[in-house]
Amino acid sequence: MGLTAEESGRIAALLDTHADKLTASWTDTIAVSLRGRLTRAELLKQVQDLHRATLDALRSGDFDLAAAGSGALRAALVDLSRSRARQGFSASETAITVFGLKKALFDVVDTRGADPQVLADLIAAGLMIDDLGLFTFETYAKTREELIADQAEQLLELATPVVKLWEGVVAIPLVGTLDSARAQVVMERLLETLVETSSPYAIIDITGVPAVDTQVAQHILKTVVAARLMGAECIISGIRPQIAQTIVALGIEFGDIATKATLADALRHALRMIEASRKGRSN
Amino acid sequence: MERVPVLKIGDILLVSIQVDMQDQTALALQEDLADRIVATGCHGVIIDITALDIVDSFVGRMLSSIAAISRVLDAETVVVGMRPAVAITLVELGLSLDGIRTALNVERGMELLAQSRADEPDLGLDLGLDLADLDSFGPTATP
Amino acid sequence: MTTDVGLGEPQVVTIAADEDVVRVRQLVRTVAVAAKLSLVDQTKLVTAASELARNTLVYGGGGGAEVTVVDGGRRRGIRIVFSDDGPGIADLDLALTDGYTTGGGLGLGLSGARRLVDEFDIDTAAGQGTRITVTKWAR
Repeated sequence: MGLTAEESGRIAALLDTHADKLTASWTDTIAVSLRGRLTRAELLKQVQDLHRATLDALRSGDFDLAAAGSGALRAALVDLSRSRARQGFSASETAITVFGLKKALFDVVDTRGADPQVLADLIAAGLMIDDLGLFTFETYAKTREELIADQAEQLLELATPVVKLWEGVVAIPLVGTLDSARAQVVMERLLETLVETSSPYAIIDITGVPAVDTQVAQHILKTVVAARLMGAECIISGIRPQIAQTIVALGIEFGDIATKATLADALRHALRMIEASRKGRSN
Repeated sequence: MERVPVLKIGDILLVSIQVDMQDQTALALQEDLADRIVATGCHGVIIDITALDIVDSFVGRMLSSIAAISRVLDAETVVVGMRPAVAITLVELGLSLDGIRTALNVERGMELLAQSRADEPDLGLDLGLDLADLDSFGPTATP
Repeated sequence: MTTDVGLGEPQVVTIAADEDVVRVRQLVRTVAVAAKLSLVDQTKLVTAASELARNTLVYGGGGGAEVTVVDGGRRRGIRIVFSDDGPGIADLDLALTDGYTTGGGLGLGLSGARRLVDEFDIDTAAGQGTRITVTKWAR
């Protein structure tokens, strides 16, 4: 929605005349809704920036948020909604930052017995602020979507770190629930790392796995068998008491697979095996 | 039909399979290897399958047969270089390659063979010890 | 050189001799790469194709393989049909059991191949030949 040049000029004058009272009242409104999560000084600074950007946009002629003259205002709103989204503020907490101006205007301008012209300008200003609010809200939502997409990607990367613990020993600390798709990725990554690092020992640490069902156990067993086919031995560590009980209750055979209580025990076991084979060769 | 070359390196026979083998090629390799083990008196065989992008049940059976035949001829077989995707597929296929020793690469395979040769008792030395033991503990030595 | 993997255009390989099994493997690999199957899925499909092509040759007395790229909505897949006019399979349940063999193999051909693909369909009867259809989808 656009304003005529005259309306823009009169609203700009209105904002300018009552600048100090407006920003103070505006800041108060936001401060109440954010309940101290940002200091009053920070809020005042943000409000003053927004106030100035709005004034500049209004003074550039007939106001239109989409026009070139409002570039700086749009940038200020984008910055504001992005930082609110990143800091985890809710949608209404973000919206009030803009809509606070409307309440401040109504507080500051005495509407009783006011000139019809002033009332008309107030309504026009109100509609303009609605525009700013909508724009802010859209940016906020877009930022949140980007954040979620980024986090999902980071989670997948986080999900399968294969680390080299020692010469000849790699470890994969499994964290979180293993579904079939993730288990497959984990399995492939582990086996590829064995080849890349030429490591004959792999430790699968399940300390961070909340529960083991038949499927997860099957995936781990298959990984162990595949590693053996390639010439590497797996050690499973971090089996918690209740998981041990589940494994036995489900009737899953871990057979001759080495299991250790902790990652440290598993590493010690692997190093002992490496040492034994080295001695065997040098005899 | 192509034949897979068998190389002799020290006292080890090295077979590096570089082609997508027909079944006949696999059978021929099995025979060639048995002949070469006897002819060279080698005690170790390394089969490098790094270049194989699949191992099906036929090739799996060939590997098991080679391992069994070499064992009869007093040679040990190590299969090296199996790719992760091949290993995952074999597990799903249900092929466990029982009785086959494996290593990540040729170097590790040679270490494995050297180690198991070292673990084998040295015949001469053992006989000497046995004789000494007989002297002190044998029934004839008891006064 | 580009390999045509247009939808619905089957590529056919006649299976009459040992080297045809190799040709089936190579064709399936090329098509699987073009259809963007993951490396592990390519390997599984090629291995299954190798088992089934050998079965067609050894038990079916020769036949053919037909490789088609199929569209499953959001993803692509590869469908392979192996057919022969051989003696057929009299007891299907038995033939699909791990370790059962009449040909001196490991008895993993049919049952193993079934585990390596997403869809497995077999149409056979004694004296009627055998027709096996397998499909693997890109993830």
